[in-house]
Amino acid sequence: MLRRALRLRLGPCLSGRGLGTYRRGSTLDWDGKVSEIKKKIQSIFPGGAWNPLYDTSHLPPERSDVVIVGGGVLGLSVAYWLKRLEKQQGAIRVLVVERDHTYARASTVLSVGGIRQQFSLPQNVQLSLFSAEFLRNINEYLAVVDDPPLDLQFNPSGYLLLASEEGAAIMERNVKMQRQEGAKVCLMSPEQLQKKFPWINTEGVALASYGLENEGWFDPWCLLQGLRRKLQSMGVLFCQGEVTRFISSSSHMETASGEQLTLKRIHEVHVKMDHSQEFQPVECAIVVNAAGAWSGQIAELAGVGNGPPGTMQGTKLPVEPRKRYVYLWHCPQGPGLEAPLVADPSGAYFRREGLGNNYVGSCSPTEEEEPDPGNLEVDYDFFQEKVWPRLAQRVPAFETLKVRSAWAGYYDYNTFDQNGVVGPHPLVVNMYFATGFSGHGLQQAPAVGRAVAEMVLEGHFQTINLSPFLFSRFYFGEKAQEHCIL
Amino acid sequence: MAAPRASLRLVAPVWNRGTSGIRGLSKAVDPEGSQKKGRTLLQFLTDHFYDVEAVREYLLRKQVLKVQKKNRSFTYIKERYGPYVAGAYFVLKQGGAVKFRDREWMRANEQGLSSLEFRKLQEVPVEAVDASGCAINYQGLDNLLALKELQSLSLRRCPHVDDWCLGRLYQLADSLQELSLAGCPRISERGLACLHHLQNLRRLDISDLPAVSNPGLTQILVEEMLPHCEVLGADWAQGLKVGPEEQSRDAASSPIPAWPSAPPHQARSLPGCAERPTAHPSGSVGLTQLGGSGWGEGRRA
Repeated sequence: MLRRALRLRLGPCLSGRGLGTYRRGSTLDWDGKVSEIKKKIQSIFPGGAWNPLYDTSHLPPERSDVVIVGGGVLGLSVAYWLKRLEKQQGAIRVLVVERDHTYARASTVLSVGGIRQQFSLPQNVQLSLFSAEFLRNINEYLAVVDDPPLDLQFNPSGYLLLASEEGAAIMERNVKMQRQEGAKVCLMSPEQLQKKFPWINTEGVALASYGLENEGWFDPWCLLQGLRRKLQSMGVLFCQGEVTRFISSSSHMETASGEQLTLKRIHEVHVKMDHSQEFQPVECAIVVNAAGAWSGQIAELAGVGNGPPGTMQGTKLPVEPRKRYVYLWHCPQGPGLEAPLVADPSGAYFRREGLGNNYVGSCSPTEEEEPDPGNLEVDYDFFQEKVWPRLAQRVPAFETLKVRSAWAGYYDYNTFDQNGVVGPHPLVVNMYFATGFSGHGLQQAPAVGRAVAEMVLEGHFQTINLSPFLFSRFYFGEKAQEHCIL
Repeated sequence: MAAPRASLRLVAPVWNRGTSGIRGLSKAVDPEGSQKKGRTLLQFLTDHFYDVEAVREYLLRKQVLKVQKKNRSFTYIKERYGPYVAGAYFVLKQGGAVKFRDREWMRANEQGLSSLEFRKLQEVPVEAVDASGCAINYQGLDNLLALKELQSLSLRRCPHVDDWCLGRLYQLADSLQELSLAGCPRISERGLACLHHLQNLRRLDISDLPAVSNPGLTQILVEEMLPHCEVLGADWAQGLKVGPEEQSRDAASSPIPAWPSAPPHQARSLPGCAERPTAHPSGSVGLTQLGGSGWGEGRRA
């Protein structure tokens, strides 16, 4: 009864959209009404080109404080932390531009979804630990009133990295550093390994490191949807389109040593709408480049790297798409429920998928046999020739496996040092990067988003010091090399 | 207009529990007429008014904070009396029961806990913990993981114990022999996979886990993973067509009564625990009754 009364009371007020209230999902009715009125006007003034109620609701807003290019998990995470760390609610207007809302080619959803702390750089371990904490409390961070809690499908099974004779010393050093950073990793001898996982052939293995806590794999789609849902409730704007152009102003400066520099500032981002020539210029103060595998192109659009080589202006963003295959196979005699994600010294890796003796895994190709990243077609011969022999050598039960399916996805591969690029560009002063993570971007996204948001809002890193990941390292040639890349 | 509202009513079985408390998760949903009406009204207001949404968000956050507050570690007690007493104090405070070695089961009573008792128990390791229905979460588990000689752990119907928590139990691998996870709403087969660290486990209860998608298959895989362990999950086998020899085994295992009565010495020391009102594990009535016998006897001993 009360409800009916309320509906009657609130009905007219809502259709007028007054009182500063809003309602998710009511735009459909509104659109219908607008088109009705349009039809009426058409019947009154037939044949006229005049269109008084031109509907622009599908276009992005004309101005926004921050434009995030790329609506993958990294871009969404930056948006989340910007909104969360803003000083006053609604202080920052954030627009996320994503080319494809189905995420058909996005690296986020095509990844294997692993999270680990076994890296060779302390920054990567810290990023991963922070992200593990985020994912653990995901229903506190991404809680939305009246929406069901997220089920991240986290498998806490750990990573098992194997090292050969040559890699053992490096592994020991890495594990020592990981433990200092707070990761729970243990070292295992081949005998212990044999005892714990009898299905592994320990031939050629000198040492193994096994992650005990906070390592495993989860459902990337769930994280992505959770972030989208939360961002919508926080008032972040989404738009399906492509960034085609940056309008920027430049000013010439001279350094103390007499070197000429051109500082650029982006003022407008042109967002081309999907399947149309229509575009909308969006005035903005800050652009975040989180376009993943395509962030190199976005950086080029903004004029990064179009100077003479060897100078700061000529330093390109060394991020390019690299195609990586993932195969899913069935093996009835394969490892059981206890199987972690196993990474062989040869680069092959696999993990269990579900309960039905299915496994997911692959191997990164060498630099010479890198496939053409133009399409996402799967090369099954690669499995036969490169992946399977290595897998069968490590786990003899995989002699009899049967490939069920396969897919391919892109790494936002940093050719310089296989590590992320975070923070502002030194010359295009209002472009910030969150890209180049070469396959571990998904698991570090929550922490990287926070780092970028801190850089934007405070001007420096607060939680985790990511200064080794700044863009300027490409110019100075300081590599922050990550050795543990799968 | 009616359709979206109907779907709204269907979603959010958990966040909508309102102020029913942290134990709300473990209870079954009881669609009471009046409650439902209030909920839809609240949802309606939330959808239309920003302020209502903000208030509800605040309440939601407060609820989470309450659980976190309950799970803080008692650093002072840990420094002064050691990990055993700190762990025991934590469990008793949460409304669970503790058994020190060669002592009776203890349960908190209305009078509270005396520091005199603690000093006596400083060096005595904790052997068994019954944290049924407690609001222990990932942080709170720290207190239990410090009990290095814990042999029996019961986490029945703990609403905040999830797969991440199970990933930490490897720290008790040397001592833990019995583990009960029955009725935990957030535990799935993914978390159960990490129990392979617990090679000394002799008895594992994984019955009645609503988040496990294939209970029968999961039980078989867990049995394979832990060959020396007796895995209880009998409820699920009832719906399955099992072979004759398996059927007889189920029949043999099903009459085994509830969890605490399994080891004989514990069964003797837990007179009221089996008949404990299960729906309200920390209900005041049960607490005073049991506290009078449990804690008091421990003191006399």
